[in-house]
Amino acid sequence: MTAQQVAFWALAVVSVAAGVAVFTVDSMARATLALLVSLVCVGLILLLTGLTYLGVLVILMMVMEMMVMAVFMVMYMMNPGGLMPMKMVHNNGGAMAVAAGVFVLLAGGAFLVPWPVRRGGLPADPTRALGVAVMGPKMLVMMVVGVAILATMVATVVLAVHRGRGDRPGDPEAEP
Amino acid sequence: MTPQEFLLPAAALFAVGLYGALSQQSIVMLMMGLELMINGLVLAVGGFWRLVAPAGADGQVLILVAVTVMALEMAMGFAVTTAIFRAREVDMTDAAGDLRG
Repeated sequence: MTAQQVAFWALAVVSVAAGVAVFTVDSMARATLALLVSLVCVGLILLLTGLTYLGVLVILMMVMEMMVMAVFMVMYMMNPGGLMPMKMVHNNGGAMAVAAGVFVLLAGGAFLVPWPVRRGGLPADPTRALGVAVMGPKMLVMMVVGVAILATMVATVVLAVHRGRGDRPGDPEAEP
Repeated sequence: MTPQEFLLPAAALFAVGLYGALSQQSIVMLMMGLELMINGLVLAVGGFWRLVAPAGADGQVLILVAVTVMALEMAMGFAVTTAIFRAREVDMTDAAGDLRG
């Protein structure tokens, strides 16, 4: 086992363990931090595979995302401090069975499918390859992502403003 | 390393996230489950890029899309939560069963 493999498995185990912790710890704050640990571990694995830019991107984005999540968690949660046990689930057995079945299916597929052998070598600079791709042959992907982000920004503001999406200012029927 | 080594933890992350998305009553916890599922996806794609097709940038572009989806999903989810909480003080999935059946 090489040092790289040891590091990979350590990160993978921590990532999955933190993922399990998200749904077992007592407070939402700890759940958010556990999710952050899981996401950062996957970002570090990306760094390990040579995806420097995407690894750093995932880590930075997820740290910010979890900070936003922490704010919303405090807004909407009872028991944010974890002073009493928290277990709010419905259909626990069914969900457990479905999740276990999906895991067996995916893991079985991973070992049974004959994966293709590697074609081509690593690019000298993966970041440059990605940049050239999104500014060239993959530009449609970048444009769709950009429009999707814009649509999300409009939709989130429309949904979250106080008057909702129903009434317009100056509309005589909607005025109280 | 082999693709299986990447796919096994990825499958575990996906399954844990699926459990959370199916079982949690709090909308915020439910979204954490969705994030975990996409997290597993990112791990699997990273492994495929490295071990199957590193020459093209397709895997990298797919990770870029997956990370964007993670951010957009959370933004939309919180906007919907804010809207329904403002209208009806609902923050649990069971209380928002209008479309049930």
